[in-house]
Amino acid sequence: MSSIALVEYRRLASARVFRRLASFGLLLPALLLLFLFFFIPIGYILFNSVNNSEVRTAFPRASVEAARIVTGKPAHPAFYDALAEDFSTLKDTRALGEAARRLNYEVVGYRTVVLKTGRTFGSRPAGRGDNAARFAEIDERWTQPDFIAGFTRATRLLTPYYFLRALDMREDDSGDVVRVGEDVRVFVATLLRTLEISGSVTILCLLIGYPLAGCLVILPRGLSALLLFSVLVPFWTSILVRTSSWIVVLSKEGIINSTLLKLGIITEPMQLVFNRTGLYITMVHVMLPFMVLPIYSVMRSVPKTYLRASLSLGAHPILGFWKVFVPLTMPGIASGCLMTFIITVGYYITPTLVGGPKENMITYFIAFFVNDTINWGMAAALGTMLLGIVMALYFTIGKVVGIHRIVGLK
Amino acid sequence: MLRTVATIYAIVMMVFFLGPILIALPLSFNGAGFLSYPINPFSLVWYEKILAPVPWLRAFANSLFVGLSATLIATVLGVGAALALSRKDLPAKRLFLAIIIAPMIVPSIILGLGLYFVFSQLQLNSTYLGVIIAHSVVCLPFVVIAVSAQLQTFDVGLVRASQSLGADNWKTLRSVVLPIIAPGVISGAILAFVHSFDEVVMVLFIAGPQQRTLPRQMFDGIKDNIDPSIFAVSTVLFVFTTTLMILVNRLSARKP
Repeated sequence: MSSIALVEYRRLASARVFRRLASFGLLLPALLLLFLFFFIPIGYILFNSVNNSEVRTAFPRASVEAARIVTGKPAHPAFYDALAEDFSTLKDTRALGEAARRLNYEVVGYRTVVLKTGRTFGSRPAGRGDNAARFAEIDERWTQPDFIAGFTRATRLLTPYYFLRALDMREDDSGDVVRVGEDVRVFVATLLRTLEISGSVTILCLLIGYPLAGCLVILPRGLSALLLFSVLVPFWTSILVRTSSWIVVLSKEGIINSTLLKLGIITEPMQLVFNRTGLYITMVHVMLPFMVLPIYSVMRSVPKTYLRASLSLGAHPILGFWKVFVPLTMPGIASGCLMTFIITVGYYITPTLVGGPKENMITYFIAFFVNDTINWGMAAALGTMLLGIVMALYFTIGKVVGIHRIVGLK
Repeated sequence: MLRTVATIYAIVMMVFFLGPILIALPLSFNGAGFLSYPINPFSLVWYEKILAPVPWLRAFANSLFVGLSATLIATVLGVGAALALSRKDLPAKRLFLAIIIAPMIVPSIILGLGLYFVFSQLQLNSTYLGVIIAHSVVCLPFVVIAVSAQLQTFDVGLVRASQSLGADNWKTLRSVVLPIIAPGVISGAILAFVHSFDEVVMVLFIAGPQQRTLPRQMFDGIKDNIDPSIFAVSTVLFVFTTTLMILVNRLSARKP
C-alpha cells in the first residue's frame, strides 16, 4: 500500500471511528438510565433471592463458630462464648430484629428466643463462665439440635432457602432436601395456576382474535376501520377503567345478570366476578389487542392471489385456508401468542381485582411478601422465577420472530 | 355468506370491546349512588366529589407531575437512542434494540420489586424522584419505538444533501432531521405519557402517601368499595385518552 493511500485509509478509518462514537454518544444516556435503574435492580432481585447476611451481620463471631459445628453433634462451648460476645456487643436493635426474623424462617419460635435473649443481655452484660449453661438457662431451646442446625443454615454465605421454599421444599437438619408439610405447600400450585391461567388466556385470545383479525382484512373499509377503532380504544383506556367496568357489568346486580333474570333464562344471579370466569373474561378483553394487532399486520401482507391459486388448483376453500393461508400467518400467531402469554404471566392488577382467592398468581405473592410480611428473600426468589419464565419467552421471540417485528419495526 | 358472518362477528366484537366501558361509565351520573340502571335521578354530584382537593385532585396533580417529568426524560433519551439505532455505523443493533425494549417486556411487578430494593439503599422510596425515574424507564421503549418507526421512512440522502450544502451536524439535526421525525416524537411522547398516567404496579411498591397517583387512588377505591366516583374519574380519563389516541392516529397517518 502506498503511503498516500495509507494516510487516506487512516483518515477514513478515523472518521468511521468518530461516527461510531457519535452513535454510541446518542445511545449512551438511554443505556445509562437502563443500567442504573433496570439492570442493577434486576441484579438486586437475584442477589436478594440467595442473600443470607442478616444473621452474619448481627452475630459475626458466632457465625464463624457455627461453621465449625458438626452436623448432628451439639454445639461446642466456643460457639456459646462467641454468641455471648455478639449479644453483649450488639448495639443495633434493627439488625437483631432482622436476624431474629431470618432465624424464624428456619425454625418457628426462633424469633421469641432471640429477642428474649437480646433483652436479657441488654440488662446484664456478658460475664465469664459457662456460657452454654447460661444460654440454656435463658431458653433451653438454644441447645436443641434443630435450633443449632437452623443457626448453621442461616449463617452460610448464600442460602438456597428461598428458592427451595418457592418450590415447596426445604433443607432438613441432616442437610437433605425434603418437601414441606402438605398444609404449607402453596407455591408450586401457584406457579402451575399462573401457567394455566396464562395458557388459557392465550388460547382464548387466539381463538377469538384470529377470526377478528380476519374480519379486519376482509370487511369493507368503513366497517373495518370502525372495528379497528373499537380494538384500539380499550388498548388506550386505563386498565383500571376497564377492570372496574367489568366488575360492575358482571356483578350480581349487573346488566348481564339482571337481563338474564328478566328474560327468565336464569332464576338467580350467577357468580360471574371474583372467580375464574370473571378473570378470563376481563383478561381476554385486556389481552386481545396484543393478539389481534400482530396477526392483523401479517394477514394484511398475505397476497390474496395465493388463496385463489389454491382454489384454482382444485383445493376446497377450507383446505386452502388451512394449508396455505394459516401457515403464512404463522409469524403473526407466534408473536401474538408469545406476547399475550408473556404479559399475562406477569399481570398483577386484573387478577388481584377481578379474581378470587383461588386465582392468586405468582405476582400476588410477590406483592404480598414485599408489602405485608416484608420477606424480601421470598419476593426475590419468586420474582427470579417469574423473570426466568419471561426472559426465556423473550429470547424465543427474538429467535422466532425477531424483537424488531413484535414492535412493528422493519 | 362469508361477508355476512364476518359482519355479525365484527358487531359482536365491537359490543364486547366497547360495551362494558360504555355501560359502566354513565353510572357516574346516578345521583342515587347505585351502580345499576336506571339512572335516577340524573346528577353531577359525583363529579363535584372528584373535584375536591383530597384525594382526587391531588392524585391527579401527582399523576400529571410524574407523567410530564417522566415523559420529558424518556423523550430526550429516547430520541437520542432512536437516532443512534437508525445509524448504519452502530454495531450490534439488534442487541441494543432488545435491551431498550426490555422494560416493556419485563413485568412491571419485577421492575417495581427491583427498584424498591435499590431505592431503599438510595433513600429514594416514597420520593417523587424515585417515581419519576421508575416511570422514565418504562416509558423509554414507547418513545424509541415511535421515533424509530418514523425514522424508517426517513431518506438518509436528505442528511447528505444538508451536509453538502455546508450545514454542520447540529444544524442538520435541528433543521432537517427533527422536523421530519417530529410526528414520531410527539406520538412517542403521548404514548409515554399515557403509559405513565396508567401505571400503578410500580407505584404500589415505591411510592409513599405523598406520591399517590390517580391510578393508585382508583386501585384502592376498586379494591375496597366501588362507588360512582370511580366511574366519574373513569369517564374523564376515557375522554382524555381517547382524544389522545385520535391525535396519535392522525399524526401517524401524516407520513411523508
